[in-house]
Amino acid sequence: MSEIAIRVEGLGKSYQITHATSGYRTLQEDLRALIKRPFSRGSDAPRQETFWALKDISFDVKQGEVLGIIGRNGAGKSTLLKILSRITKPTIGHADIYGRVGSLLEVGTGFHPELTGRENIFLNGAVLGMSRRDIQARFDEIVAFAEVEQFLDTPVKRYSSGMYMRLAFAVAAHMEPEVLVVDEVLAVGDAAFQKKCLGKMSEVAKGGRTVLFVSHNMAAVENLCTRGIVLEQGRVIFEGTQTEAISRYLIRGQENSFSLREHPHRVGTGEVRIVGIEFRDLNGAPLDVIAAGQTIDVYFHYECAQGGYYNPRMRFSLLLKTQTDTPLFLHHNRLTRQSFPHLSEQGAFVCRINRLPLTANIYEITYSLMIAEESYIDYIDNAAQMTVIDGDYFGSGEIPPASFGPFLVEADWFIDDTVQVKDV
Amino acid sequence: MASQDKPVQAPVRHIRIQPARAWVALELQELWHFRDLMFILMMRDIKLRYKQTVFGVVWVIIQPLIASLIFAVIFGRFAGLPSGGVPYLLFVYAGLLPWNIFAGALQRAGNSLVGDSKLISKVYFPRMVIPVASSGSILVDFAVALAVMFVLLLLNGWQLSLNLVLLPVFTLMVLLISVGLSLFISALNVYYRDFMYALPFIIQVLMYASPVVYSGDLIPELVKPFYAINPMVGIIEGFRWSLLGTGEFPALPLAVSLGIGILLFIIGGLVFQRIAQNFADVI
Repeated sequence: MSEIAIRVEGLGKSYQITHATSGYRTLQEDLRALIKRPFSRGSDAPRQETFWALKDISFDVKQGEVLGIIGRNGAGKSTLLKILSRITKPTIGHADIYGRVGSLLEVGTGFHPELTGRENIFLNGAVLGMSRRDIQARFDEIVAFAEVEQFLDTPVKRYSSGMYMRLAFAVAAHMEPEVLVVDEVLAVGDAAFQKKCLGKMSEVAKGGRTVLFVSHNMAAVENLCTRGIVLEQGRVIFEGTQTEAISRYLIRGQENSFSLREHPHRVGTGEVRIVGIEFRDLNGAPLDVIAAGQTIDVYFHYECAQGGYYNPRMRFSLLLKTQTDTPLFLHHNRLTRQSFPHLSEQGAFVCRINRLPLTANIYEITYSLMIAEESYIDYIDNAAQMTVIDGDYFGSGEIPPASFGPFLVEADWFIDDTVQVKDV
Repeated sequence: MASQDKPVQAPVRHIRIQPARAWVALELQELWHFRDLMFILMMRDIKLRYKQTVFGVVWVIIQPLIASLIFAVIFGRFAGLPSGGVPYLLFVYAGLLPWNIFAGALQRAGNSLVGDSKLISKVYFPRMVIPVASSGSILVDFAVALAVMFVLLLLNGWQLSLNLVLLPVFTLMVLLISVGLSLFISALNVYYRDFMYALPFIIQVLMYASPVVYSGDLIPELVKPFYAINPMVGIIEGFRWSLLGTGEFPALPLAVSLGIGILLFIIGGLVFQRIAQNFADVI
């Protein structure tokens, strides 16, 4: 069983980036360009440049292997999956795939809000490459998995988002390809749903099928995959076991200072603005990576109008989330009864986190500066990422793998042999 | 199998992924493989079209009927154009049947790829499935309109002839022509949205260049060779011959229709396949 399922050789994909306003061309534009410069080729218009989304990608995947593809947003993961799913063509190189491919780049592709659950099962199944007979045969299973029996003949536009997601994933979960390509589709839905999806995924992964899996959820990658590759700026920078790949990805020069001056999704009055976030150690030295268990200062650099700012009710909070948007903890200065009514023109809110109790992963930082609920002075969702690598949290040289949860907790063990077992 | 030394099992499907090529085969086999998807998309188009209408199928009956009435009054009554002894209403309606397949298929397919851009950017399937399914959905309208035709014939006490046997063949021929052109137009519409605006106009012009509302006999001899290049000429005459049993079997125009239909299908298909390779990046 060590036959090759996927062989990728020298794969590359480039896009022409046109600095024009409209995405598609009109005949008029093309004709005009042709008239203006009749002897030059239409493709080398002056404001175009070539951007390589993927370059020199080569790797093999053996049958039955579950390969995790990790990398930051924009590293080329999605482009790679799109090429391997035959949605788009590479610019150079080639890939060979042995076996029926099923790809799941999005849950519920082709779902139409006006159609009923039943109709959408058939539509979505067919879109995913299943025949009507296949769908018919698994129809009951799909419906049971999705838990939507009573609503089968209701248009899905009347479904709750949870029902919608369950149905969509149920169809996808019941396709049975030999090679499965999955993008970050598990990052949606509530916790129970995610658990169900991950359960199904590991069932598939352990069933001997070849899987390519893209995720930001390091715990899922650690758990499901047997190998991993790390993509950075369109290139493979590491290939090995999934555990090595994850730590390589996490250590790999993550920027840990973030300028927010140009941030497009800022909310609030703007009387005080956070212009940058960085992490420092207790000596004030900037940190690139943070080790689990390290005590750190998170600096939120602010600026406000001349003369400073005054408001005794001002509250600064920090919300930490996983990259799949699950909140982990919230902290703000009222919790510790600290208040900062006066702000000078510039400075930093500093949150000191003692012995950071998190396992290795990348986390999202959301902050808000508010006066009352929903009354923001400044607020940015997912303003910065915090990269945490393994550290000696317990002083024993050992920490549990990230797949068992994001938290490290201070605890002690002892035996009490004086108690009796009580009937409960 | 005998030459292989592997144990007998389902052959492993091998796919090679490589850069876009100048010309790609039509891959009709692949299209056949995805026939279920094609059928389901067709059903989706049909359901969605009538799901939120009050009168639903009534529209399919009324539209060609009213159009035929208007044409019959204007061209038959006011202008007094000849129709070879057939009531003008029947004459026009018989011509509108294939024409509405043609026009409807083009209109529905024209914007179909853009309408399904989400599918195209998220899953693989032969892209041809989309315009073909859109074009095909017109067949439901056609079936209804055809039933109305028989009612009209019956009400007029018209005798059906054996010519009727060839009607399915003519219908397949309109589909061939329509799908061929649809492939071409839908693909170009991904790049140039101009087609979306030009299409209704082009269809209208083409209608008057085809013997839909008038008899082909009115065309001067001098122009006839050019006129005959229009593949819809043979089809429309074929429909009248088949349904009304009038005139002679239009052998030559039909041969032209078939020839041009096949040509359109091949050219449309090849252009489509070539452009389709980059749809996901453009759409």
